[in-house]
Amino acid sequence: MPIDRAEVAHLARLSRLALTDEELGHFAGQLDQIIAAVARVQEVAAEGIPPMTHAVPVTNVFRDDVVVPPLGADKTLDQAPAVEQQQFRVPRILSED
Amino acid sequence: MTDETAMEPVPYEDAVSRYDPVIGLETHVELGTVTKMFCGSPAQFGGEPNTLVCPVCLGLPGSLPVTNRTAIEYAMKIGLALNCTIATQARFARKNYFYPDMPKDYQISQYDEPLCTDGWLDITVHDPSAGDQPRPFRIEIERVHLEEDTGKSMHVGGSTGRIHGAEYSLVDYNRAGIPLVEIVTRPVAGAGALAPEVARTYVAELRDLLRALGVSDVRMEQGSLRCDVNTSVAPRGAAEWGTRTETKNVNSLRSVERAVRSEIPRQAALLDAGQRVVQETRHFNEETGTTSPGRSKEEAQDYRYFPEPDLVPVAPSRDWVESVRAQLPELPAARRARLQREWGLSELDMAALRNAGALDLVAETVAAGATPADARKWWLGELLRTANKSGTELGGLPITPADVARVAQLVDSGAVNDRLAREVIEGVLAGEGTPDEVVKGRGLAVVSDDAALSAAVEEAIAANPDVADKIRGGKVAAAAALVGAVMKATRGQADASRVRELILDRLG
Amino acid sequence: MNDETRPGEAMPAPDPATELTRMTAAELSAAMGAGQVSALEVTEAHLGRIEAADGQLHAFLHVAGDSARAAARAIDERRAAGDVLGPLAGVPLALKDVFTTTDMPTTAGSRILEGWQPPYDATVTRRLRQAGVVLLGKTNMDEFAMGSSTENSAFGPSRNPWDLARVPGGSSGGSSSAVAGFEAPLGIGTDTGGSIRQPASVCGIVGVKPTYGGSSRYGLIAFASSLDTPGPLARTVLDAALLHEAISGHDPCDSTSVDAPVPPVVAAARQADVSGLRIGVVPELGGEGYQPGVLARFTEAVELLESLGAKIVEVSCPHFTYALPAYYLIAPSECSSNLARFDGMRYGLRVGDDGTRDAEEVMSLTRAVGFGPEVKRRIMLGTYALSSGYYDAYYGKAQQVRTLITRDFEAAFEQVDVLISPTTPTTAFPIGERADDPIAMYVADLCTIPSNLAGNAALSLPCGLAPEDGLPVGLQIMAPVLADDRVYRVAAAVEAALTQRRGGPLLDVIRGPAGLPAPGAPAGAAPAAGTAAPGGAHPGGSSA
Repeated sequence: MPIDRAEVAHLARLSRLALTDEELGHFAGQLDQIIAAVARVQEVAAEGIPPMTHAVPVTNVFRDDVVVPPLGADKTLDQAPAVEQQQFRVPRILSED
Repeated sequence: MTDETAMEPVPYEDAVSRYDPVIGLETHVELGTVTKMFCGSPAQFGGEPNTLVCPVCLGLPGSLPVTNRTAIEYAMKIGLALNCTIATQARFARKNYFYPDMPKDYQISQYDEPLCTDGWLDITVHDPSAGDQPRPFRIEIERVHLEEDTGKSMHVGGSTGRIHGAEYSLVDYNRAGIPLVEIVTRPVAGAGALAPEVARTYVAELRDLLRALGVSDVRMEQGSLRCDVNTSVAPRGAAEWGTRTETKNVNSLRSVERAVRSEIPRQAALLDAGQRVVQETRHFNEETGTTSPGRSKEEAQDYRYFPEPDLVPVAPSRDWVESVRAQLPELPAARRARLQREWGLSELDMAALRNAGALDLVAETVAAGATPADARKWWLGELLRTANKSGTELGGLPITPADVARVAQLVDSGAVNDRLAREVIEGVLAGEGTPDEVVKGRGLAVVSDDAALSAAVEEAIAANPDVADKIRGGKVAAAAALVGAVMKATRGQADASRVRELILDRLG
Repeated sequence: MNDETRPGEAMPAPDPATELTRMTAAELSAAMGAGQVSALEVTEAHLGRIEAADGQLHAFLHVAGDSARAAARAIDERRAAGDVLGPLAGVPLALKDVFTTTDMPTTAGSRILEGWQPPYDATVTRRLRQAGVVLLGKTNMDEFAMGSSTENSAFGPSRNPWDLARVPGGSSGGSSSAVAGFEAPLGIGTDTGGSIRQPASVCGIVGVKPTYGGSSRYGLIAFASSLDTPGPLARTVLDAALLHEAISGHDPCDSTSVDAPVPPVVAAARQADVSGLRIGVVPELGGEGYQPGVLARFTEAVELLESLGAKIVEVSCPHFTYALPAYYLIAPSECSSNLARFDGMRYGLRVGDDGTRDAEEVMSLTRAVGFGPEVKRRIMLGTYALSSGYYDAYYGKAQQVRTLITRDFEAAFEQVDVLISPTTPTTAFPIGERADDPIAMYVADLCTIPSNLAGNAALSLPCGLAPEDGLPVGLQIMAPVLADDRVYRVAAAVEAALTQRRGGPLLDVIRGPAGLPAPGAPAGAAPAAGTAAPGGAHPGGSSA
């Protein structure tokens, strides 16, 4: 399925990227080309081949339920773009989730 | 908002007479681990904003999650207690969506390989239309999985605290990363008019189970147990279920029940009018007891789940599962059956105890030495009245089961009478100390010393010569009036039976 | 960046007076241990070289002179106090700006993180400090490690010391440029699809991707979590091994960290013996599309290994041809999720928060301004590959290909001890040549990607210069998972033979316009190296 501007606009919205019209067209061409190229994986991956998610198969890695001292409010907040009442101030949130 | 709000809901009884409701519940439980799900920050409620966070739960670039073993064991306990199968391999996945209170803009959750699957929880509801007959229901559990909680946003400006009209928000990440277990039921059909009660009872039973397991403090009012309630209705006898709505974040047992009770007539009215029920997220309004649509998304969410590459699979061995199973305490249903037997109570007696939230308190009071009858009497009587008056739960009263047992003991030994005992309890609730301290502090011991009582008896006779004459004339029943006068004069502290004896001796 | 740079102009080698910068880490360590030079002097020499050369190389995004001097002084004090110090104590290092550092900003080459000062050290950073390594600063990189040239850095490209008009490779191109340009004897990079080996190859130095999980990712700003691997860059195999050992080992903060002993890489680098080893040549990694000079040097290396007593066999890995497409689904998918957190809410850049825009709009603007085009491309590609309806066809299939590639490796390693190939199909390409042609750029990682997908160890070793452009060619050596020592053993043997044949280290061939003799090179090597023509090819390579 070719990647058109509408598809790129959808992907950009899902990815929270405010793209210009020019970018939409530019990326549409490139993504279409790349996706056509990577679709080659469909040639070989047959049924019954397990997907591989980790390079080295390990299971059951845990830590004990023991407190590690937190950063502290100063270090937590000192890189924030905006702070108020010891909290991260962010623009208004429209939708609930 | 849609114009559906203008539509008058069908009366509940009418709705359930023509439509079959199907409900489903997704319950989120914050686990009571010491630390968070994937890092060593304290998993505490409250705290100064942003003081309980580290690079991991703050989602700082480069930080990586490491799974809390205890959280896995707690989830396994829940799964086992719900008769689930524990997966031989479970996996964490990323649920991708952007939200300011979610530090990584994805949530580590479980998707197609949850830790526990296919269990059940048996509940009993009482059917008021059939003389409160107990009706058992088996609620099937689809899955129990682990995930991490988000931070909390406070919306500032507009009507403060509400998301609509806010100018900006303040985010505290203390809660971010606290382990959450999500317990998902399969659809529950066939409850009919009892659906709201089934929903409420399921959540109550689940809460008791979680509390018994010691895996969570299950405080709904603090949000450590939160419910999403799915409801659909279909015309009676229809082959297919209706379209469901999901009412989010219902945070009390009563609200769970009310949410279902309001959603069924609303959907029935839509169907009656030939409209469709829209599959959507709705919000429960505590004040009106009704649900309203959430802000609809411009496009459907696509969470793009994929296996969390930063975490390795969880593969509980048989031995591990069995060792966790061996740690399970006596579960609430079994315990209730045992206590009912031991205390010799009826189903309805037990139901009354549970509804009042008094079961554990009574059990503990009995364990502290009171008889079951005394323990029930105090908790369901004086104490329940006090709790109802002050709008708190029984467990929230500042009196311990040991205190109550001691009061019962004082009555039993004759040291105080019932009336004084109520004063003792009042004193304990007022923070005056233990029952013994209150007795001492208020000077509440029963007076049975003849010398002290005789003077009061003489005074009473002198003050009521006509009554005294009646008694002298053989009307023994009239003695009660003099006993009352003595009790009044001694501010209730007299031993009433001794007073009566003294009066009859003197006038007999 | 220097606009006056002419194509083909090399970065002049350091003046012999600053010979300290020509020494290897092992040599510096020995000299410091013997009291011939202090750590502070070593650090000053390298800071001086950075001062002189980095205006042209642009290898560093941040130079930490004061903290480097302080660290060096601390090492000198400890040495004076009689402390037992590790083999890299006092040795300077160039750290890729993708590792968090509490005392230096960390940007990952991105505008979106410009000025971010992390509150914690990466495990690699911490281990380097514990080893007494002196951190000179943070090196340039393709934004979020996405690229093969450093052209995707938000802060401008680094330059290849062999030819300042060419790329130093990427994404760890700042570190490779720094090490090849004698600004530091050691560098740390990260390798997700070849980001250590490819820059090492095109800069004529040694670069190693350890076994995945052998070195911790904690504090490494993630590109593709299941592939990212920190590793060493150095001018010699032994130096790389010393650094490999210093940063490796189990880390409880990284769930994917391997809880096993570190392979004996330093011993292997000293062993330098391939007699009796079975070495497999992968036909799928070579041939059509490869630069002739690259293939010529590779063929020579194969012959050299055979002459050293190795048994050479051809081992087919049929699924390797699907590695590139699988990689360009898996890595973007993971990155689309990993980079979501850069939303302007908690740290870094925030754009457009004027009180009228909501959080979603501010996030979208911040990301649009803060990310470069390649990052945006990959985020959208990954978002696409993970979308409902496409997951199975793209991400799911790519994961299956990953299994097939791993099986190819397993079958191959039943027949041979190591596999070899060229590291990259071409030598360093000119800056700008592939800048807006993503697919052409992606081909640079053709040979390196299979080892990222399978997680096994792989190393790139300079094996001479391509005759047609006089630029370095890399030999890639691949070993099974957790057999990292094997790549060092083979590389050390080839390095020793080539050095002997050439009469000195390959990098000594880099000559400035003044034609200064290479300091530290054996006397006999000087004439051969001295024939380099300014602005032209390097004949020293073609005779290697």
